[in-house]
Amino acid sequence: MLDVKAGDEQSFTLLLHRYRAPLINFLYRMVRNREQAEDLAQEVFLRVYRAREDYVPSAKFTTWLFRIATNLALNSVRDNRYQRMEISLDAPVTADAEDGDEKTLDVAEKHPNIEQHLIEETRRKMIRRAIEKLPEKQRAAVLLHKYQELDYGEISKILECSESALKSLLFRAYETLRVELAPFVAQQPRQ
Amino acid sequence: MSCSRMEKKIMGYVDGRLKEGERLDMEKHLSTCAVCQLRVNEFRAVHVLLDELPMIEPSAAFDVRMQARVAAEPAKQSWWAWFAPSPRVAFAASMLVLAMVWLGSRPADPSLSAVDIDKINQNLPVLENYDVISDFAPLSELPPPVQNDDASDTNQNQQM
Repeated sequence: MLDVKAGDEQSFTLLLHRYRAPLINFLYRMVRNREQAEDLAQEVFLRVYRAREDYVPSAKFTTWLFRIATNLALNSVRDNRYQRMEISLDAPVTADAEDGDEKTLDVAEKHPNIEQHLIEETRRKMIRRAIEKLPEKQRAAVLLHKYQELDYGEISKILECSESALKSLLFRAYETLRVELAPFVAQQPRQ
Repeated sequence: MSCSRMEKKIMGYVDGRLKEGERLDMEKHLSTCAVCQLRVNEFRAVHVLLDELPMIEPSAAFDVRMQARVAAEPAKQSWWAWFAPSPRVAFAASMLVLAMVWLGSRPADPSLSAVDIDKINQNLPVLENYDVISDFAPLSELPPPVQNDDASDTNQNQQM
């Protein structure tokens, strides 16, 4: 980021390539809409680009990046501007990346047992729905903790809360998830 | 350690981020509390289940759109750039300064000597007094101003 600040456009492209996928995935799971997630990711990178000359490395770059992303995602969800309509479980599959027809067919071809594949697909849907049902801040905490593997200090800065409050958020989120996913939790081998 | 105190530490235990002392305290508690042990096991199961969600890839148009948006961003000027004038303004300002210097360096009237200027300065209060000038007798004795037409006729007659 310091190279970007110094006017190195190539470094901005490198930043973009390194962080676009995790950022889009985070935003996708926050706003539940792929197109909107990409729009928000573009907005995040534009804000980074605009603020490059004022960037002060007081915190890790990822903290700064995901703080912008989280604020945009929370505003988006709260404004209800980009929330997609609730889809019932028995509605036809959409063109979404995780639910898409094409992907289903591709994977089905690789699976000798279609029934097994459908079970796995249903399971993934249930997991995604369970995450989507979490309150926004709990959802952001789980996504940053689980998928971005940020430490508690970073996540608490991103969510603008204390580490203690973050641990409570995560505890409540996992309590909800273990209830929502109880059928699958029971199937998991004990460690 | 009581079960209520587990709340803040359980995730750290599940993801292996507890300090050594905290981890030992936790394990001591778990060895005597079946409820917390069950919770830890189920949190671990949830943690593993979340791994099953696939990652999505950015669309092919993402980079193109991003590059276009960055290219459309106006070039950012520094704070000091505000003080840097445009070439036209700088040229006009320098011409104005040169003109002022030139005008300021010219003598007031080269035909007047220093003695004449002193006399004018001495008589200035009188010249500025309108009452004195309006009643000044020698001015009333002056001939009326000659009209231009008459003057041109006179000149023609003289030439003839």
